[in-house]
Formats: sequence, structure tokens, C-alpha cells
Amino acid sequence: MELIKIATAGSVDDGKSTLIGRLLYETGALKTDQIQHIEEKSTARGFGYLDLSLATDGLLTEREQGITIDVSHIFFSTPKRRFIIADSPGHVEYTRNMVTGSSTAKASIILLDARKGVIEQTKRHFFITQLLNIKHIIFAINKMDLVDYSEAIFDEIKATLNDLVSKHGAEGVTYYFNPVSALLNENIVSKSEKLDWFQGEPLLQLIESIPIQNNKIKDAAFQVQYVIRPKREDLHDYRGFAGNVRSGRFSIGDAISIHPSGRRSHIKRIEKYGEHVNVLESGENGTLLLADEVDASRGDSILREDAEMEQGKSINATFCWMQDNPMSVGDKYWLQQGVQRSLVKVKNIDAKMDLEALEDKPTDTLNLNDIGKAGLALAQSIVSKPYVKNPALGTFIMIDPNTYNTAGVGFIESL
Amino acid sequence: MSILKQLEEESIYIIREVAGQFDNPCLLFSGGKDSITLLHLARKAFAPASIPFPLVHIDTGHNFPETIELRDKLVAEHGLRLIVGSVQEDIDAGNVLEEKGRHASRNSLQTTTLLNTIEQHKFDACMGGARRDEEKARAKERVFSVRDDFGQWNEKLQRPELFDMLNGMIHNGENVRVFPISNWTELDVWHYIRQEKLEIPSIYYAHEREVFLRDNQWMPVSDYVQVTDQDERRVASVRFRTVGDMSCTAAVLSKATLLDNIIEEIGGSDFSERGSRMDDKRSEAAMEERKKVGYF
Repeated sequence: MELIKIATAGSVDDGKSTLIGRLLYETGALKTDQIQHIEEKSTARGFGYLDLSLATDGLLTEREQGITIDVSHIFFSTPKRRFIIADSPGHVEYTRNMVTGSSTAKASIILLDARKGVIEQTKRHFFITQLLNIKHIIFAINKMDLVDYSEAIFDEIKATLNDLVSKHGAEGVTYYFNPVSALLNENIVSKSEKLDWFQGEPLLQLIESIPIQNNKIKDAAFQVQYVIRPKREDLHDYRGFAGNVRSGRFSIGDAISIHPSGRRSHIKRIEKYGEHVNVLESGENGTLLLADEVDASRGDSILREDAEMEQGKSINATFCWMQDNPMSVGDKYWLQQGVQRSLVKVKNIDAKMDLEALEDKPTDTLNLNDIGKAGLALAQSIVSKPYVKNPALGTFIMIDPNTYNTAGVGFIESL
Repeated sequence: MSILKQLEEESIYIIREVAGQFDNPCLLFSGGKDSITLLHLARKAFAPASIPFPLVHIDTGHNFPETIELRDKLVAEHGLRLIVGSVQEDIDAGNVLEEKGRHASRNSLQTTTLLNTIEQHKFDACMGGARRDEEKARAKERVFSVRDDFGQWNEKLQRPELFDMLNGMIHNGENVRVFPISNWTELDVWHYIRQEKLEIPSIYYAHEREVFLRDNQWMPVSDYVQVTDQDERRVASVRFRTVGDMSCTAAVLSKATLLDNIIEEIGGSDFSERGSRMDDKRSEAAMEERKKVGYF
């Protein structure tokens, strides 16, 4: 069975929690005791229906205010697939959560209220999916029951969205448009009679059938997480570089070089959790043992000789800023790319995205929830590629050196 | 890659990040199936070397003896370092007050002992076997969950976690709770236990035990709970689905004596895993409230 992570985004009151609650309910992920609990709470609040949003809003403040504040990870499965939904809240001030929740998603569901159509939040959500290069975007037009299941209203919203897509959409992305009523279970698990004019698949079938693409990047890069040196007589000379293949594949005998030292060697042995293996594929953990006594430590990269990587001490990137303290020219941060860290200084800030007009505006600071372009100078050189060419190496987080908070995320455009 | 393989890879990556980023980490070990799984993953992560951090057990004094037996066996077998934080000692020292009445449990008292143990040993990271599918407050947890000097979880100040990049930078006195098996489900843990042939405490398998019915739950009869004349007592074939301490863990009626039966039973179960945890039933936000004061 396959596992797919899907991000969801929507504005306040678009019914996102209800949609997820509905998916949980219909796929049998909610157990009897949980449903009983929801029934009791719904009745206590005087609702004449099951308030399925109660299934997902996990925090007290969320249930008090009836809104979702933080990213939630929700699990359910069908006979075909296993799903992890990263449910991100829709408020403007919580954009950082949407970037966070979407960062590992293969598909994204953007919810709209059929009565309101495309609003600024929709554009923001759309833009973030483009920034993250998510390949499958589903626009779920919810609350169709409140507009009498009107095809005309759906078509109008679809046209506005298509306009947005044609102007700002990235290449290689598939878009889907689905009219639904999460509350009344229309076009969620089965075709809706009330939406008989709609030709496409119900939402659940759609997310069951979206193809999952794995990247086929050739450049073999491995980052060292931990050096294994057993304190045992029989393994006296053992030096295993434990880490993760960020992209490409490694085999025994491969010629490699270590970044940043530039030292070269060959892979003598590959181990996976103490067992010998011949090959390590992209995304896999493993332990590399080298033919020569060369030094590598945590954060260093081991690159196959034929990997076409770029390295340097300055990068240009698109940022999403995630903390209250703004990013300004001259500020210093820790940059973390994978497991490697380097001190960096902000050289220039070029523009920020006006999410209403979806166009760049000049600026000299990036504030919380801003998305903008800036240049950094690095204390240590990094090995990388632009994000669109290599997602595993082309992204990094910025850590505030005073608070240690994760201050923002960057997507490398050029080195 | 199978789902189980994918989850294993993710968890081991996280465990290695803990060893790489922190000076003094530990693994919180309750002796339940989740911490046994976590321990196994940690052993794999550093093979052929041994695990570079100790196990910490917060001992409520109300444990199932079967759990403690297996804990000690694993420690001896794999040459692990074990640190025990004792709730009884904190009660004796007057740091916490034992709850009274028929619903008394030491579950919430654990937090004080946990925080004291962290402070005493200056742990900067504590790994635990909590999973996001267990409980809705846990669904909001980060993999690296930063706690302040008081061990508190502030859900509004959680660090964003992007891609697989984990930020464990903290100030002196702060610590991070780490949840390497966040994305596993209860069934994944069982499938993994079967695949890896892991030994788990015998109380997970169906056995004859004296139980009594309280609030629709079959509670084990033990010295640690008050059983009154109104409570219906009987001997039944039961097993435990989660293993907390004896005062707050209810049994389920079951004849599942083999892993295959257990997996079948859980797959078809109509009740959630933590439905048998009285500690979660105290209030709507029982878990969230405990996490805010330092529970893991």
C-alpha cells in the first residue's frame, strides 16, 4: 500500500475541519467511542447534526473558538491508500503553518466557500503551493448546499481560478476542481445526485488515484548525521559515516569526494543498520565506510564524483518569513540545509510578494508571513542546487541566533 | 518502499539527529510496546556501536510487574544504561501529594518526577514513543518539541518544522521532547513488532486476570486501586492495549494469544486505543493540560 501526504488549506469557516472530519468518518477512522463523544458534544451545543470538526480541532482554544490554530496531522486509510493529512489553518497570521504543513506534501487541497469564491486567502494558499512546487492541486469548492448546488456559481469560481492558474501557475502541475458539501457528504465519497452536472470523480476517489511521482535526480549526495565509532576491540578501526542520501544513489566502489574538505576516496562498504548492502537509494539512511582514512564530520557532504553540484558562499533565494522579528539587511542567522549549519548574513532584500495582486513589490525587510526574495552571504560554502532542480538540497531553514527559533524557510534560486 | 520501511527510515533519521544535535539526550522508556519499538529503532540507528544515550524510566511504583521484568531483561541483554526516576521517592520527599479516592492514579504525578529527573541529569533532549494518531493534542505535536525551563509545552509557540529539517538549538535549561515515531499508527507498531520479532510484555497477550467493571471499562484488580462492593469483579480472559500504570489502564476482553490475533483484533476494533486510558478521560483536554505542565 502507498502512503501519501496531502496538505489542506482554507480560510476561517470554509469548513476544512468538517471536511477532514467527514473523510475520517466515512473511511471508518473514527471509532465508536470518538463518534459517541462527537455526538454528545454536538447535542450539548444544540446542533441538529454531527459536528465533525470536533474530531480534528485538538486544542482547547481551537474548540472554544471553533477554529484551527496549528498544523495537525491526521491519519486515515482506504483499501487503496494510506493518507496523512497535514491540516493547516487558514488565518492570514498563520501562513507559516501552511508552508510547514505543505512542505512534505505530494498534493494539496485548497478549500473555498462557494458563497465567497476566490478571496485573498485562496491566492495566498495557491501561491504557497506554487512556491513549494506541489504537483497536484485540488480546489474543493465547499458549501455547495448553501448555493443550491448551482453549476453556474461553480463555473464562475472555476473560471476565476483558471485565470489565476494561467497567470501564475508553475509548469508540470495538475489542477482539479471539485464541488462538495462536506457537511452533507455530497461528492465526497460517492457521486452526488444534487451535483449530477459534475462529471469528475468524488473527492475521496480523486485523492486515491492521484499519481505519486518520485524524483529521479541523478546527482548523488549524502549528508553525514553522525559518525559511528564503536568502542570495541574487534571494531577498533571502524569509522562509519551514518547519514541520509539526499538525492541520487550510492553503490560500493563509487568514487566520492567530501565537502567542504575536497578529500577524495572510494566507498569500501555500505551498511544499513549493521547489515551489509550494495546500494543506497535516494531518501534512504545508511552508513558509508570509505577506503581511505579521510575525515568527515556531522554536516559534511559525501558526493559521488559524477554529481553535478553547485557550491558557493553566496545564495539567492525566495523566503517565507515565520517569526515576529523581521529579516533586514545585515542581520545574521544560522542557516540549516538538511543537517548542515552555517552562519549567514543578509546581503540584500530585493522584493516581497504582494499576495493580493500577486506581484513583486520593493522592500527592505521581510516581516512575519511575508514571501520575498533576498541574497545571503555564508560563512561556510554549501553544496546545493536550485530548489526546482533538487528539492532535497535546494531548501533550508533560517534559525534566529538569539531566540533559536526557526525564523523562516528559503528556497534556493541560484548559487 | 513499504510503509513500514518508510516509517523506519524516518524514525532512524530523527534518532540520529538527536544524537548529532544534543549533548546529553535520553530515551524515555515505559516498557510499553511503543518504547520497545523506539528502543529497537535506536539500536539499529547506531549499529554496530551501542546506543549513545541512557534509558530513563519514570517509575510510578504501580507498574505491571511483567513490564519491569522485560525492562530489566532488555537492559541486561543489550548492555544499556538505565536511569530510574521514582514517583514513590517524590511522594516520600513531599514533592507531590498522592491522589485520594477511588479514582486515584499516579499518572499526573509522573510529570514532577520526569521534570526532576531531567533537571538532575541535565538532559537536553528526551525521546518518547508518543504518536500523533493516539490523541488529538498529540496530533499537534512537532517531532522536536521545545519545552521551557518549566518543561511546559506552549502550543502557540511551536517551531515550524519544514521538510525533514529539525532545529534542536536551545538555550541552557530548556529541553526538547522528541517523538521519532510520530507518524506511526497503532497498527504500524504491531506490524513492526511482528516483522522484527520483538519481545513485548506478556500482558499485551490475552491472559486470565481478575478484573472489575468501572465506568464501562474492565480495570485490573490490584493493590493500587480501590475496589468497592459495588464493583462487579470477575476473572476473565483479557489483554491490555496500552500499558500505563495499573491504576489507570483498563483491559479489553480478548482471546488473542498471538500477535496475528492481536493485529486482526485491532484492525477490526471499534474503539480507539486510548479509549482504555482513564487518564485521558478526566476531561475533554486531559492530554493537552498535562502536556502544558510538562507531561511528554
